[in-house]
Amino acid sequence: MSRTPKPPDRNTPPTVQRLRFRYAKRGRLRFTSHRDFQRALERAVRRAGVPIAYSAGFSPHPKISYAGAAPTGAASEAEYAELGVAVRCDPQALRAGLDAALPDGLDVLEVVEAGSGALADRLQASFWEIACPVEAAGDLASAVEAFLARDVVEVERLTKNGLRVFDIRDAVRRLDLTRPEPAAGAPSGGTTDLSIPCAILQVVVRHGTPAVRPDDVLAGLRLASGLELPPPHRMTRRSQGPWDEESGTVGDPLAPDRDASVTS
Amino acid sequence: MAVESLFPRLEPLLPAVQKPIQYVGGELNSTVKEWDSTQVRWALMYPDAYEVGLPNQGVQILYEVLNERDWILAERTYSVWPDMEKVMRDNAIPQFTVDGHRPVGAFDLLGVSFATELGYTNLLTALDLAGIPLEACERTDEHPIVLAGGHSAFNPEPIADFLDAAVLGDGEEVVLAISEVVREWKAEGSPGGRDELLFRLAVSGGVYVPKFYDVDYLPDGRIKRVAPNRSGVPSHVVKHTLMDLDKWPYPKQPLVPLAETVHERFSVEIFRGCTRGCRFCQAGMITRPVRERNISTIGEMVQNGVEASGFEEVGLLSLSSADHSEIGEVAKGLADRYEGSNVSLSLPSTRVDAFNVTLANELSRNGRRSGLTFAPEGGSERLRKVINKMVSEDDLIRTVATAYANGWRQVKLYFMCGLPTETDEDVLAIADLAQRVIATGREVSGRNDIRCTVSIGGFVPKPHTPFQWAAQESWENVDSRLSKLRSAIRSDRKYGKAIGLRYHDGQPSVVEGLLSRGDRRVGRVIRSVWADGGRFDGWSEHFSYDRWVKACEEALAGEPVDLDWYTTRERGETEVLPWDHLDAGLDREWLWEDWQDSLDEVEVEDCRWTPCFDCGVCPQMGTEIQVGPTGQKMLPIVGVSQTRQAELVAPAGSRDSG
Repeated sequence: MSRTPKPPDRNTPPTVQRLRFRYAKRGRLRFTSHRDFQRALERAVRRAGVPIAYSAGFSPHPKISYAGAAPTGAASEAEYAELGVAVRCDPQALRAGLDAALPDGLDVLEVVEAGSGALADRLQASFWEIACPVEAAGDLASAVEAFLARDVVEVERLTKNGLRVFDIRDAVRRLDLTRPEPAAGAPSGGTTDLSIPCAILQVVVRHGTPAVRPDDVLAGLRLASGLELPPPHRMTRRSQGPWDEESGTVGDPLAPDRDASVTS
Repeated sequence: MAVESLFPRLEPLLPAVQKPIQYVGGELNSTVKEWDSTQVRWALMYPDAYEVGLPNQGVQILYEVLNERDWILAERTYSVWPDMEKVMRDNAIPQFTVDGHRPVGAFDLLGVSFATELGYTNLLTALDLAGIPLEACERTDEHPIVLAGGHSAFNPEPIADFLDAAVLGDGEEVVLAISEVVREWKAEGSPGGRDELLFRLAVSGGVYVPKFYDVDYLPDGRIKRVAPNRSGVPSHVVKHTLMDLDKWPYPKQPLVPLAETVHERFSVEIFRGCTRGCRFCQAGMITRPVRERNISTIGEMVQNGVEASGFEEVGLLSLSSADHSEIGEVAKGLADRYEGSNVSLSLPSTRVDAFNVTLANELSRNGRRSGLTFAPEGGSERLRKVINKMVSEDDLIRTVATAYANGWRQVKLYFMCGLPTETDEDVLAIADLAQRVIATGREVSGRNDIRCTVSIGGFVPKPHTPFQWAAQESWENVDSRLSKLRSAIRSDRKYGKAIGLRYHDGQPSVVEGLLSRGDRRVGRVIRSVWADGGRFDGWSEHFSYDRWVKACEEALAGEPVDLDWYTTRERGETEVLPWDHLDAGLDREWLWEDWQDSLDEVEVEDCRWTPCFDCGVCPQMGTEIQVGPTGQKMLPIVGVSQTRQAELVAPAGSRDSG
């Protein structure tokens, strides 16, 4: 009898194609944690019959990698993941199949074949919208001013390893308060209900360690202004992607893949 | 009138609670129906946290059976965590269903499934949050009928004050029968109100309405008699038995939660009932006779369940799965079908039988071999005769030797502590057994890194079993025996490190014992514990023994009974037991004889393969044992997922990846 157990012979087929996709976390499904989403996606992959590739070994795992997940409770229009398949798939058919197999509110928006370079490296910044009660707009405006006037804003966050204190000011590259016209520019299926009067904080954060989350920004606003702000209605990630320092914009992380697949 | 969803009020509060996803609903295969277009509306509750309650098969089956009728609406509700309870009280949000987020108080019926008595305080929380008076006698026509089912409903007396009704046995048919009665009564304009509806349910003979029965007591505290207080109400209420499981292949549409739950798998019940006759086992006694699903139905249910859910693990459930008459063919058929597919199959092995190792090998062809579980239940040969768990030490050693020789590296053994007639020696025998298991395992596998995990639960005498008359062991004795066992295992230098010991202390078992064999007087204790903050008693971090002891002292003051009277007291043959008017089909004399046989260490065989032992179920209930073999084969099939896969695959030559 051999001393080391051998994994069962499974003839694990190799990965022949990698696909990247953008998905949304909308409505009440924004309360899914990242782990909840992972389980839901793996089940959807099986229900949809995606010929997913598996890792080898004793407990094979489906080849899915995730990048930069939004926190539990935050909605998002721009979450990303990548999966490896053992049989080449048509990205459009895969989008439709996966979307149909996921619960409503977890929606697959776009699938492209992966080009070179790591997806995670392209997720450098996020654009968030935080909807706040409209009555708070005045207080918020002064809080935003106070926040922007500071060089350092140290917030506290309870992590698994205890209370952590870190500066968020540098990561916040844009912060302003707007009151959008109702309905105009609202993406279909979006989670910000514009029929309720609200003031919207628009925030761009540069990703770092630890990642600055929208609730950290609110904590920072409270700290900077000394105001007790009412709890926000909704937080929604509108986009995440490459950060362009010069123009101050968040790009599309799938653009290079899309370009590659068009030219090939 | 339509009932509004509470979700808009709930939603802004969710970021403040733990695991908010458990309160939002929307699970795959869940249903939200129009309120107004249905005539009878059920809220189904599992009285524990969502992560425990959602996988419950009983609730899932009834939810589906009810919702298949267009005139019935069924939604689910679970116990909310204490943080959520506080948020709901602070914001005046009532107990709600997770499907339509409708207030539980608006439904016609609140059906609560009790798998364990430790959920009783959670029932009170839900009623209180729902705005339903705790005591059934205070409810009006405005409130739902509160109805209990599940195994604990075979003695609902401790919660009789809080229930309008209870139902014994299989729920699939009776929930529809109850719905019919409610529909008819509503269609007639609800004549006679709540009382008339309960009366109609009671006279049907299959629904127990506690308030139509009076309990009289003797001066020493024992029950004198339980009798109907209204003409037309039957003196005994009988359990329901579903006779053709192949006609009821539920769940067809298993609920797939977004939140993490305790069982992340699709389970198929391969048969119901058990006739092994283990004397401690309430489930085995109250679910008789044995009714098998045939191999074709099992194959279809597994296939359909995997397709509909996307679960990767399939469990073949029953009280003793290896006893299915065609289990070998079932295991081989499924293993063939799912070979190479990453669908893993499991059989909760409970019998100590070398055949189980063969089955487990077959089912795990595809996956890893971590642990294999057997349940000898008693440490010594003598004790196993007392409990009628017919397995010899040599059988056990042969079985585990086969397991280790087949590449299994861990064997789990389940035992109980506190069994009738048990001594310290019986429990210490577990250490000897575990040592022999490791010694044999090392010998046959040639390896040193094998393990044996010993799990021990406290024994609680249960209604409708031969041990219903037995004295429950005190928690002090149970704890002392377990600590002696731990020392015996720890002090063994050669094998001790290879043996893992898992046990819980004995105090929760005492409370479970009180609630299992209690009568209506125990209701006051439950209410007092709940009022004092008792919640989630099945969770060690929430359970407080002291709270229960204090509540017993206060609530039973002036009564000739106390906590010990309910638990550690042995009952006599003629004593009226609180559940004697509730009929599980078992002949009381047979149970008593089996109890006497147990004390004499006399075993009885399984009536599936040997002559009838006259437990009484089949003749009395008009049922019979249904076992194969059918001789059918499970055919290989092309799954839906393979068809679906074809739709996703890129046309050949669309783009060469080379």
